[in-house]
Amino acid sequence: MTAVTATTTKVRRTQRPRITPGKVVAWTVMAAMVLITLLPFYWILRTALSTNTALAAHPGDPLPVDLTTGGFERALGLQSTEEAIAQGGSGGGLKFWRYLINSTVVSTLITVFQILFSAMAAYAFARLRWRGRDTVFGLFLAGLMVPTIFTLLPNFVLIKQLGLVDSLLGISLPTMFMTPFAVFFMRQFFMNVPREVEEAALLDGAGKIRIFFRVMLPMASAPILTLGVLTYITSWNDYFWPLMVSYSDSSRVLTVALAIFRAQTPQSGYDWSGLMAATLIAALPMLVLFGFFARRIVSTISFTGIK
Amino acid sequence: MTVASSPPSRLPVRDIEGTQPKPRTREKRERDGGGRGDGALAALFIAPAMLGFLVFLLWPTLRGIYLSFTRFNLLTPAEWVGLDNYVRMVKDPIFWDSLTVTVEYVFINIGIQTVSALAIAVLLQRLTQSAILRGIVLTPYLMSNVVAGIVWLWMLDTQLGIGNEIIAGLGFDRIPFLADETWAIPTIAVINVWRHVGYTALLLFAGLQAIPNDMYEAAKVDGASEWRMFWRITMPLLRPVLAVVLIMTVIGSFQVFDTVAVTTAGGPANATNVLQYYIYGAAFGRFQFGYASAMSVALLVVLSAITFVQYRLTRAGQTDLG
Repeated sequence: MTAVTATTTKVRRTQRPRITPGKVVAWTVMAAMVLITLLPFYWILRTALSTNTALAAHPGDPLPVDLTTGGFERALGLQSTEEAIAQGGSGGGLKFWRYLINSTVVSTLITVFQILFSAMAAYAFARLRWRGRDTVFGLFLAGLMVPTIFTLLPNFVLIKQLGLVDSLLGISLPTMFMTPFAVFFMRQFFMNVPREVEEAALLDGAGKIRIFFRVMLPMASAPILTLGVLTYITSWNDYFWPLMVSYSDSSRVLTVALAIFRAQTPQSGYDWSGLMAATLIAALPMLVLFGFFARRIVSTISFTGIK
Repeated sequence: MTVASSPPSRLPVRDIEGTQPKPRTREKRERDGGGRGDGALAALFIAPAMLGFLVFLLWPTLRGIYLSFTRFNLLTPAEWVGLDNYVRMVKDPIFWDSLTVTVEYVFINIGIQTVSALAIAVLLQRLTQSAILRGIVLTPYLMSNVVAGIVWLWMLDTQLGIGNEIIAGLGFDRIPFLADETWAIPTIAVINVWRHVGYTALLLFAGLQAIPNDMYEAAKVDGASEWRMFWRITMPLLRPVLAVVLIMTVIGSFQVFDTVAVTTAGGPANATNVLQYYIYGAAFGRFQFGYASAMSVALLVVLSAITFVQYRLTRAGQTDLG
């Protein structure tokens, strides 16, 4: 696929592209889209590095006004209560490090287990012969249709009955075993692995379990990476379910903490600088993660159109 | 998801299978499968996923339907009340209001998102194949809805937001985007477009990649303009992908919650009390789990109906390619 596209573009390049009014308009639209996409990111940074009083005086200034790291200190709970209130914060303690760790634990648990278990199931659906296979797979796929809100209420009741409310395990459990999409995605990959690979390993005397862990899983490292990063981002950004399940700092994740931080800031004058700093702290890990894997993820989505 | 085009690894497989006589392939497959030998192993491999599926997907779905026929507040056992919750729902003006608000949101959100995503996808295909641009377009998708909500809440603030600074600078009146009954829903819809449009654009871009380039080359030789090519080649051939993407985004869009929760909390005066938010309030604000479940069932029915109708209308399962 990639190769095909590359050659055709090369052929086209031989005729020099002309600058037409249409192209100018198209590039202008593209530039505007990029600007709208990126402006909020800059504005977060600019606000986070300003003081609240200066922000009120110069709301439209494109650069940080009265440069300071106070916002970050407040978000991370490094300021004393008096100091925080003086700078426009609520003084309410927030343990962002704690939430950062919680978010990391939850996202890692979900990603590792969901992908391992989904890959195992996908292998059984794609490569093993057993009765009722297609029926069971159809049932799994039908799960894609159930809207999340529908399962959330009963799942909350179940998690409560299991005594797992307000625990990191309680947040992770519902999506830790599988999602229909992850199974579907991995199955697509395994179906396309040449049979010869498996046969060669069988001839060498390897069992199917061994083949799965030693041959198939390593071969699937590229799709697993893409699926992994997307799963990580999704669970990191999830808000509704953690909001339902967690009540205290011990299980609070960043999204929930951030919403609380926003609700805590005085209604009369928001602590915008602190809020934007907190926002940046919450979003930064995903930006870094994406920075590392962007190319691969973008091309996987571009070529297979996964959801 | 079902969107077009095979990963590179599939091509050799097809070649090998294509060049071999059929009986051998079938025989080989049977030998591979090992018949009943795989049953136990399959059970082992599928057990964890099956556990998750049964416990956290199938069972809650059935239980949700059951709870919708009960009065249940978590503290005492659920009490069967028949259709009471549904009767109450039909008579509840706030339910109908929130359904209306949700539909309004979906229309604005999907309308703007689909058009912009299509524009971005086409520009990414016809103008440049830059992977960097594709990466940039995807960045808002990395933000949580909560972050996106807070950032835009700040940028659209009536007094200090950069949006209103620009509007005031141009000599217009400031707009209370999220504090005004008429503006709130369109504003939330646009915020969510910002976050999701890049992802949708990439899905459509995937569909565009499946359209053979010779078609455009041939049309160009015949002197067709880009505009004409868009309507005569791109749109018809993209239709199945566009349909699937539309179904997915509409379903997602109906479940708007996070952005509302952090920006307006349903206000002002219920103007942004979307269905999911109302359900959440009923369950966790007033502990009416039975009633909340009944409304979830209603949402499920609405979504299934929409999916079905969309699927039929757009002939999503068929392709015009090849």
